[in-house]
Amino acid sequence: MSYLTEGYTLRSWLTTHDHKRIALLYAVAITAFFFVGGAAATMMRLELATPAGDLVSADTYNKLFTIHGVIMVWFFLIPSIPSVLGNFLVPMMIGAKDMAFPRLNLASWYIYVIGGAFTLAALVAGGVDTGWTFYTPYSTMFANGHVVLVIAGVFVVGFSSILTGLNIIVTVHRLRAPGLTWFRLPLFIWANYATSLILILATPVLAMTLTLIALERLAGIGIFNPALGGDPLLFQHLFWFYSHPAVYIMVLPAMGVASEIIPCFARRPVFGYRFMAYAILGIASIGFLVWGHHMFVSGQSLYAGMVFSMLSFLVAIPSAIKVFNWTATLYKGSITFSAPMLYALGFVGLFTIGGLTGLYLASLALDVHLTDTYFVIAHFHYIMVGGSVMAYLGGIHFWWPKISGRMYPEMWGRAAALLLFFGFNLTFFPQYLLGYLGMPRRYHEYAPELQVLNLFSSAGAVVLAAGYLLPLGYLGWSLLYGKRASANPWEATGLEWQTSSPPPQHNFHETPRVERGPYGYDPVR
Amino acid sequence: MATIQFDSAEERRSASLLGMWLFLATEVLFFGPLFFGYLRGRLAVHEAFVSGSHHIHFWLGTANTALLLTSSLTMALAVERAKLGRGVRLMLSLTAALGTAFLCIKAYEYASELGEAASARGGEAMFYFLYFAMTGVHALHLAIGIGLVAWLWLTARRYGERYSMPVEVTGLYWHFVDIVWVFLYPMFYLLERYNA
Ligand SMILES: [Cu+2]
Repeated sequence: MSYLTEGYTLRSWLTTHDHKRIALLYAVAITAFFFVGGAAATMMRLELATPAGDLVSADTYNKLFTIHGVIMVWFFLIPSIPSVLGNFLVPMMIGAKDMAFPRLNLASWYIYVIGGAFTLAALVAGGVDTGWTFYTPYSTMFANGHVVLVIAGVFVVGFSSILTGLNIIVTVHRLRAPGLTWFRLPLFIWANYATSLILILATPVLAMTLTLIALERLAGIGIFNPALGGDPLLFQHLFWFYSHPAVYIMVLPAMGVASEIIPCFARRPVFGYRFMAYAILGIASIGFLVWGHHMFVSGQSLYAGMVFSMLSFLVAIPSAIKVFNWTATLYKGSITFSAPMLYALGFVGLFTIGGLTGLYLASLALDVHLTDTYFVIAHFHYIMVGGSVMAYLGGIHFWWPKISGRMYPEMWGRAAALLLFFGFNLTFFPQYLLGYLGMPRRYHEYAPELQVLNLFSSAGAVVLAAGYLLPLGYLGWSLLYGKRASANPWEATGLEWQTSSPPPQHNFHETPRVERGPYGYDPVR
Repeated sequence: MATIQFDSAEERRSASLLGMWLFLATEVLFFGPLFFGYLRGRLAVHEAFVSGSHHIHFWLGTANTALLLTSSLTMALAVERAKLGRGVRLMLSLTAALGTAFLCIKAYEYASELGEAASARGGEAMFYFLYFAMTGVHALHLAIGIGLVAWLWLTARRYGERYSMPVEVTGLYWHFVDIVWVFLYPMFYLLERYNA
């Protein structure tokens, strides 16, 4: 009897309190949003295949990139790893029977779906052209679209994030198995814990800021519009106070996933475990102090810019610690290039490129040249797509046997990982060059001499789209026809592997006792 | 039943209290942009804030402060009595009544200020915007608090020596709402009162 066979009706799923089932509900919902956001991106790359704006109008293009940004950031990336893998794994990895607040957990899924419905309603009603950043005074005074509807959707879904974060923090504090001290926790737990702190401390700021935009739009007075005595810079400060840490909401859990996969397939304990844990906390806390690097050219004080620049460079230190430690974990390991490992290694490489190009953008003078160009687009896609999405998929493959009780087809898994890595670089590496050459973001046409690089990028997008459809196909296939998975097919050391695949309703028949730290791997000699 | 994840009632209680503390941390940050907006407005259009604070009802705001602080006392007593298992309903009724009185006075204030706020221009309009937004979000929180207290009243039979967690958790929330007002009151009613 597993959690999957506890009930087969739709009702048994929609009223479940089981964290594992809620994780699957999230997985279904975010996958749907991922493909909506991806379709918008595909349209954009098609438009950009030619220099002239011929496929869609400028207005439609603006709506496409807004929809792409809003959906990918808030409806896919932010909930992806914490709400799906985190929900499934946090209680299992700490030897708990469920999350601390199971009903709240289900409620946050419903809140997410309601928020999603608002956003889809805005889409159907004609969309929004402000970009996902909702900059004032455009969003409050001039934009014609359904700004308030989209804001309502993002506001509502924010509470889903907050409640999930709160649930994870309390679960980690209160429900650890006997003997599981803080420094015996897997790094995936550390990462989701730190992420949850950001979720509960940053998301409310966004919620109130968006509320103020809606009020200003509806009432015609407010605090952001300069014509009314307000200050648009205030909006940018508040927005980026959330939206920079939001990047760490996306990438810290990805680091957690990589930290589980790499030791397992290198058969080596993770190098410098404590440093890895401290680096996670370091990134999470410094991440709160760097938001001004989005405003170097917006008229904030030069001195503020210098401080923000320095602090942004500082984040590179804990990030580099992580990259070096993953690499050192591989040293003298017995490496298997299985699909999860390929995804994880892809994550490390792409995250490194994204992180290093972030340093360009953190430099005051260079940023003047690069602001609002495709260089920025390439940079954050390397972090969010190359980093987070690769790690998310790696995690889905790694824990697929546990989640579904079936093995995915290994060759297909590897092929998809390699295809995605290739397609991703083909799509986004040319964008660094385009940005450096001065191509601005958010235009539906461009100078003809930039077409070759844009064609590379659009061709890459096609490969990428195929790469994302593949796992949908073969993972779905494996649900029915995949080989049955044993309890621990990877011979991994985490507590989640000590119970059957798929796990029983309350995870463990007996509460596990923990006697040592994680990652007790020995290399095969 | 639904609490299989906890080994003991005490573990459940401490988890719920921690959950509420974290939620209150979220709440502090939720109010954050409003406080920043106020700070920026006060620096940018100071005179408007001076004249604005002369137009709102000082004595009603002061009376409301007294009501709300007293309600925190009765809420604290409700928590104590819930642990003893007797007399909790009386304290909950008093708490809800004081909260409701606050909202009634606030509603009267709003009604008498609406006309002036609607005709205000420039900096004064921003003052009124912040005043309505901040006290409005606070009032919304208080209304939710009253709803929670009413629910505790209905379920009062359950609380006693062994189980009083919902009262404690609601108490934390109630005190938070109170503390927000302790900041709002001086910001709008007191700071500029003697500044002509
Ligand atoms: Cu940033």
